[in-house]
Amino acid sequence: MTEYLATIGLEVHVQLRTRSKMFCSCAVEFGAEPNTHVCPVCLGLPGALPVMNEEALRLTALAGLMLGCEIGPVCKFDRKNYFYPDMPKNYQISQYDLPFCLGGAVPLHDLSYPKDAQKMIATKDKKIRLVRIHLEEDVAKSFHMETVSGIDFNRAGTPLLEIVSEPDIASPEEAFAYLTVLQQLMIYGGISDADMEKGQMRCDVNVSVRPVGTEKFGTKIELKNLNSISGVRRGLAFEIPRQIEILRAGGTLDQETRRWDDVRGETTLMRIKESAHDYRYFPDPDLLPVRTAPLVAAARARQPELPWEKRARFVADFGVSEYDASVLSDDLEMAAYFETAAKGARKPKNVANWILNDLQSALATASLGIRDCPIRPEGLDELVHLIDSGVINSRQGKEVFAEMFSTGKAAAGIVEEKGLRQVSDAGAIEALADEVLAANPGPVADYKSGKASALNFLKGQLMKLSKGKANPSLAGEILEKKLQ
Amino acid sequence: MSSPNLDVRDVARLARIELTDKETDTFQSQLGSVLEYVEQLGKLDLTGVEPTAHANPIFNVFREDAVEPGLRREAVLANAPQSANNLVLVTKVLE
Repeated sequence: MTEYLATIGLEVHVQLRTRSKMFCSCAVEFGAEPNTHVCPVCLGLPGALPVMNEEALRLTALAGLMLGCEIGPVCKFDRKNYFYPDMPKNYQISQYDLPFCLGGAVPLHDLSYPKDAQKMIATKDKKIRLVRIHLEEDVAKSFHMETVSGIDFNRAGTPLLEIVSEPDIASPEEAFAYLTVLQQLMIYGGISDADMEKGQMRCDVNVSVRPVGTEKFGTKIELKNLNSISGVRRGLAFEIPRQIEILRAGGTLDQETRRWDDVRGETTLMRIKESAHDYRYFPDPDLLPVRTAPLVAAARARQPELPWEKRARFVADFGVSEYDASVLSDDLEMAAYFETAAKGARKPKNVANWILNDLQSALATASLGIRDCPIRPEGLDELVHLIDSGVINSRQGKEVFAEMFSTGKAAAGIVEEKGLRQVSDAGAIEALADEVLAANPGPVADYKSGKASALNFLKGQLMKLSKGKANPSLAGEILEKKLQ
Repeated sequence: MSSPNLDVRDVARLARIELTDKETDTFQSQLGSVLEYVEQLGKLDLTGVEPTAHANPIFNVFREDAVEPGLRREAVLANAPQSANNLVLVTKVLE
């Protein structure tokens, strides 16, 4: 049976995080009342003239720098002509032959893949090359009803990046990883909030298959309506075998656009592409060309630490594992929390463990984000220090943690209040040990006859007797000594 | 560059303009002569001349990213032939 390879290219649209639109001063606001952020420019009324939003251009330059693109000395805007009611001018202002950024790449890493696929990554540290990034204006939002369509022009004119990848993506999992990294970069740079649910990041997919060993790409099929990163993965996981099955059965594929139905889990035909669109691009006479140098300089000053740089620094400075560093730097606010907590810590790795285990699960249970965490990072460091220095044991630490999380009180105060101080006084523990040994002749005999695990039982009894306050390692040592 | 053998029917289709056969012939010849006229530019020797999209040597005309109120919604919708639920209504379209 012929084996097939998939070739995937993604076209991602990202709304820039600006206050106002690309070519006019109307507010950019998701979920506003329909047609309340509109003016003659974004409504395409005759005689209105567009003026570029400088911040949008800076953010585009920043995206280019973060993705390692080439930024030419000059870029310009062109008109892309087509008729559709979401575009009242009958053209969209876009960039054609002189886009802002060329080339560049998105580096994938293990943790950007879906969790269940992280153990079987085909090509480690793969880089997905970019063709280009250009800046354009978003179109209006249409609502399709029974007999008519309704248009809300609030979104029209929102600055929009179009990021086009080379067809370097070979699997649904790589597409997932690509989008995850891209989304993270947009958030890291403050370029976009990139929330797919709010349509701030949208994705069109081109996918074809060809027999292994052949060079020529197969018929390209476009997928639409992929509204989440996992939706892109599911859509591709359905579409690729569908194409292969048709070819194996001797069929042929048409160049078509298919719609992903996430509920039914399948793609259905939207339209067949009869001919290439003729958008009759030409330079927009209303907009003068842009010299990019000052914009690039401004963006350079704003370049953030990149996710992979942050990961490497966490490993080097705090001694956490590569994996933990990835999880901690996944979210900018989480990373900042860890860094504040770990800064003065004697054992930053223990701080990391508390964040990754207890804190994350407590936040998840309470449906809180790290931003609303009742425990301040300094407070968590204090708790970890109380444990590391032996004032309380780790079981007591859990109790203190729970109290801190529900009341917001400081660790030391809770320890005093509850009388949780760990007993590390050897004399007191010896007395407890004598009591335990006297009460458990069976396990004592077991231990003496070579059953080492009996010690754990005895240690457990001692801890119980001390109401959890005994220093566990000291308790273990004393018991062992007494049993010799 | 546009070809002087421009197909008026195709251009009309792209512009959503319906033409009769007679109109097609008229516009074909008229547009043809316009294009022939412009074609004269092709005879110029442009070696060493930078391509430009604009005649003015002006760059970087920007505005601050600041919000200003737009039009009132009533005024916006008053211009629409049809509206409902604060949306502009158009003939049903499906991509």
